[in-house]
Amino acid sequence: MSGTMDGRGVVFLGSPAFPDAARTALADTRLRTNLRRATTTIRDKRLQVTGELDDWEDLRAAGEAVKRRTLRHLDVHLLRLEESVTRAGGVVHWAADAAEANRIVTELVRATGGRDDETREVVKIKSMATQEIGLNEALAEAGIAAYETDLAELIVQLADDRPSHILVPAIHLGRAEIRDLFATEMARWGRPAPEGLTDDPAALAEAARLHLREKFLRAKVAVSGANFACADTGTVAVVESEGNGRMCLTLPETLITVMGIEKVLPSWRDLEVFLQLLPRSSTGERMNPYTSMWTGVTPGDGPRAFHLVLLDNGRSDTLADTVGRQALNCIRCSACLNVCPVYERTGGHAYGSVYPGPIGAVLTPQLVGVEHAASLPFASTLCGACYDACPVKINIPEVLTHLRAEVVEAKRAGRRLPSPEALAMKAATAVLVSPARLGYAQRAAALGGRALARRGRIGRLPGPFRGWSDSRDTPAPPTESFRTWWRKNREGEQG
Amino acid sequence: MRIALFITCFNDTLFPDTGKAVVHLLERLGHTVEFPPSQTCCGQMHFNTGYRPEAMPLVAGFVRTFGGYDAVVTPSASCAGMVRDSHPVLADQYGDDQLRREVGELVPKVHEFTEFLTDVLGVTDVGAAFPHRVAYHPTCHSLRGLRLGDRPERLLRAVRGLELVDLERPDSCCGFGGTFAVKNADTSAAMLADKTGEVTSTGADVLCAADNSCLMHIGGGLSRQGSAVRTMHLAEILASTEGDPR
Ligand code: SF4
Repeated sequence: MSGTMDGRGVVFLGSPAFPDAARTALADTRLRTNLRRATTTIRDKRLQVTGELDDWEDLRAAGEAVKRRTLRHLDVHLLRLEESVTRAGGVVHWAADAAEANRIVTELVRATGGRDDETREVVKIKSMATQEIGLNEALAEAGIAAYETDLAELIVQLADDRPSHILVPAIHLGRAEIRDLFATEMARWGRPAPEGLTDDPAALAEAARLHLREKFLRAKVAVSGANFACADTGTVAVVESEGNGRMCLTLPETLITVMGIEKVLPSWRDLEVFLQLLPRSSTGERMNPYTSMWTGVTPGDGPRAFHLVLLDNGRSDTLADTVGRQALNCIRCSACLNVCPVYERTGGHAYGSVYPGPIGAVLTPQLVGVEHAASLPFASTLCGACYDACPVKINIPEVLTHLRAEVVEAKRAGRRLPSPEALAMKAATAVLVSPARLGYAQRAAALGGRALARRGRIGRLPGPFRGWSDSRDTPAPPTESFRTWWRKNREGEQG
Repeated sequence: MRIALFITCFNDTLFPDTGKAVVHLLERLGHTVEFPPSQTCCGQMHFNTGYRPEAMPLVAGFVRTFGGYDAVVTPSASCAGMVRDSHPVLADQYGDDQLRREVGELVPKVHEFTEFLTDVLGVTDVGAAFPHRVAYHPTCHSLRGLRLGDRPERLLRAVRGLELVDLERPDSCCGFGGTFAVKNADTSAAMLADKTGEVTSTGADVLCAADNSCLMHIGGGLSRQGSAVRTMHLAEILASTEGDPR
């Protein structure tokens, strides 16, 4: 299930359009209960810890400003980062797309010395960028096993499933399901789960700890993502909650970091803003339990070799769009997912992309091209909860309507005959530009509506409105529109 | 002050009583309201569905119709939001200098109905009477689009006999979203089911809001379930008096 990817790797091959995928998710009542409970809990925690900072709004504004400023001169900052990392003893690689990034990482793993069985496996820190490029699958094809060490990622990997949430990838699974997975699947990947494992969270965590410890101690190569990288010092930063990342970043001999080019920050000082914004927005914590930073290599301390792969994969195209580029501000905190009423009902799989929820609905179509994810910009009511929650103030509704227009234009350009929807919109404009025509249409609707209605309400409707009328009645249009009433009752008075 | 009513095409066609309520109330408060008959639609459906060029004649028409007034009042938070936030975007993208200027001048004069009462006319007690248990649903466009804040509640609390009850999760979207309810009907229905459950559990007789579109959606769900809760635009409650109850 986790394997196939399409285009730049961001969308899953053969994924149904959002409305169809959502239907499957909506029918799963256990999923909906899990999602609702999890998102409500994180949402409340976030509100509590953001509310206790007087300068929260200033921090958001600062975060947005730094990101916007960085993106305007992204090339300059990236070159500085390359220089700083190189100076500190690291090696920088540039990858234009997913295939190139995978090739670079595979070759780097192969090139690490040692016996074959040592180099045929890597430990991984949870990373969206490596998911985006389908690195695990590419490594598997090259005969290299990649072990996820984040607890939730481990669960998803054992289940041969896809993550359903940016931060809580196993949000869609319950405790009992996780216990069963551990009991049946762990042995296949390494140390089996202890006998008589229960679904007590502490017992589950302990089983994962024992299982993972073996991997940490054996692995010679680790692969990570990056939350931030400072151009002035060449420092790369990863924040996490469990400490598994720290193990991966310090124990292996070779460390390979794959990072989207938008993650660069001009300077070390900028971290002060983001290290406050990120934990409070994502897990609702005041600080991340583990913040790891490294600058190149240090003899006798940590990895002996450090490689930084800078990944474009559609980001330069996104940057060229002056409205849509703000999606590159994203620090992957997942606050927008947790407040999104659509995500809350459907979960992440319905988005058919590595990036689910509101940010996925705007980032995915831009990374892969709107024609490859045409249903995503419409997977929102434009309620605006995401915009209010976003710590770097990405105006997601603005980008959604902008991308909707692009989808419509792309469809227009791609077909000789207009779609039924396009015809309807054109017809609506033709009626609405003229008050007289609107008046006719109102009288026709009143007549037609009364024919369909029972006790003032219309039940089932035909055609594209069937979905609507499956669960709601529609009021019958009144016999007299407002404008008619006005003409009869007020116009005389005003002369 | 020359006040124009922008009824919106949706209210004009389906909810004329809301427009009548606005007229009655403003007249009761001593103002004369004009209804420019050339008005039609703000273009929100086109804009939000991605049909921007098709919305342009409507933006131009809106400016032509309302350009000469001191204030334009509309009983629809979402249409007020469309004019305020998206007409400038459209004018920038497709309009000429003149349209851009005219849109820029008109936008600050367009007021959602509760904003108009509280901010422009400076009233919260409009002399209404409505002896019922009422729940207020802050629609997404009132809450996060226009940031109406507690203006609607302030107006409702001053109504004689009205008992205001709180919704659980008032800030959650009802799932309407214009064409979203048609394009993503199943997700919309799931959101609606939660919302109608929350409405029914308040024990309210009436659910009100500043957007008839969301009310039509929630009311349609309640009606399908056989619920007795009525949905009413807030203007109708404020227009209700002891002598002329609704
Ligand atoms: S879009 Fe904003 S809220 Fe959503 S994940 Fe990115 S930074 Fe967080």
